Amino acid sequence: MTEHTAAVTAAGHSPAPGAADGLIEARDVARSFGLTRALRGASVSVAAGEILAVMGPSGSGKSTLLHCLSGILAPDSGEIWFDGRRIDAMGEARRSALRRDHFGFVFQFGQLVPELTAEENIALPLLLAGSRRAAALQRARPWFGRLGLDGLEQRRSGELSGGQAQRVALARGLVADPRVLFADEPTGSLDSVAGELVMNLLTEAVRDQGTTLVLVTHEPRVAAYADREVIVRDGKVNTLTAGRVGS
Amino acid sequence: MSVPLTLLGLLEREPSHGYDLKRDYDAYFGRDKPLPFGQVYATLGRLARDGKVVAGEAEPGAGPDRKRYVITEAGATEFETWLADPVTPEPHLQTVLFAKVVLALMLGRRAEKYLDTQRAAHLQRMRELTELKRNGALVDALLADHGLFHLEADLRWIDMTAARLGALAQEVGRPVTEARPEDHDD
Repeated sequence: MTEHTAAVTAAGHSPAPGAADGLIEARDVARSFGLTRALRGASVSVAAGEILAVMGPSGSGKSTLLHCLSGILAPDSGEIWFDGRRIDAMGEARRSALRRDHFGFVFQFGQLVPELTAEENIALPLLLAGSRRAAALQRARPWFGRLGLDGLEQRRSGELSGGQAQRVALARGLVADPRVLFADEPTGSLDSVAGELVMNLLTEAVRDQGTTLVLVTHEPRVAAYADREVIVRDGKVNTLTAGRVGS
Repeated sequence: MSVPLTLLGLLEREPSHGYDLKRDYDAYFGRDKPLPFGQVYATLGRLARDGKVVAGEAEPGAGPDRKRYVITEAGATEFETWLADPVTPEPHLQTVLFAKVVLALMLGRRAEKYLDTQRAAHLQRMRELTELKRNGALVDALLADHGLFHLEADLRWIDMTAARLGALAQEVGRPVTEARPEDHDD
């Protein structure tokens, strides 16, 4: 393998269960949608507590990779491992439970539930996991101060600015203290200043909690908050390495 | 960065000693390259010779030069003219990276590797500047932002170029399909 083109294809790369060197890994994953091959042997490993930026041009397969890593999509072939467990082989019910118990999500447009208040939106993952309402709301409340949202607890999504709504979505993604947070273009709908605030809060929060962050973005300024970046190109993962070509 | 014009700007604010000018220059404009005292006084000497500043009488106190410098009408006019003129946009039509890409393609090398290496170097620098922003004062953040936006522009160019390498190779030399074997690249 060269240091630039680490389309780490699977040959000889299939460690035994539990031998994973990252908290979450994709190994030689392929996924098609009809005739479109979104992923063609993508491999990537994310260490516990790491912030990884997944970059790439539109249509390169980066969101599909995120959906496979997070168990939203099952790959056609290849393996997805999380904390020593092979999740691509799980049924939908187990994958769903895994997502609920260990993963958090932040999407480009927040996707808050419009009928719920900001407070209820943040508490939602806890309510879905079976927490009592009072306990869930109590855990949601500190996030308002932490993310500069004091006073907005009872607002509904239509009454929030884009940046405020995205910060509520951020809190919703982190409130259950997930092991891994998946963020798909979390600043894509925001201007530079609001996006910067979201990225500062996001990276501070995951570092405080020790949460692993998989951050899909096409913006270099957003990727610059990560510890490391990979590029998805033509359905494969390229690892960027600084230094001389061929050195 | 023009040192004489920057010193004139600082003197336009208030008459100052050379030491104060150096301190403020370094704090705002000389982060990467502090101004040597020798250059401060040499510059002030030239500005005084050209009638743009005047030096007051030496004042008692420690240090080699305790003169207070005052900007003149001519100096203020020069500074105002400079301030009002837009900075010439640099077209960057012949950058080093552009030359590397074209030469790599002419020689049948895989230019994508050079672009990837540059992308990694740019992102590394962007990480450093982002860290500076997070931990620094607003002045640091503004400086870092300037660098970040320029680096981002370069990265956009790198992405566009990477997407067009096949067509570019046909235009400048041998097509990619006739590229040399991998061993020449590694």
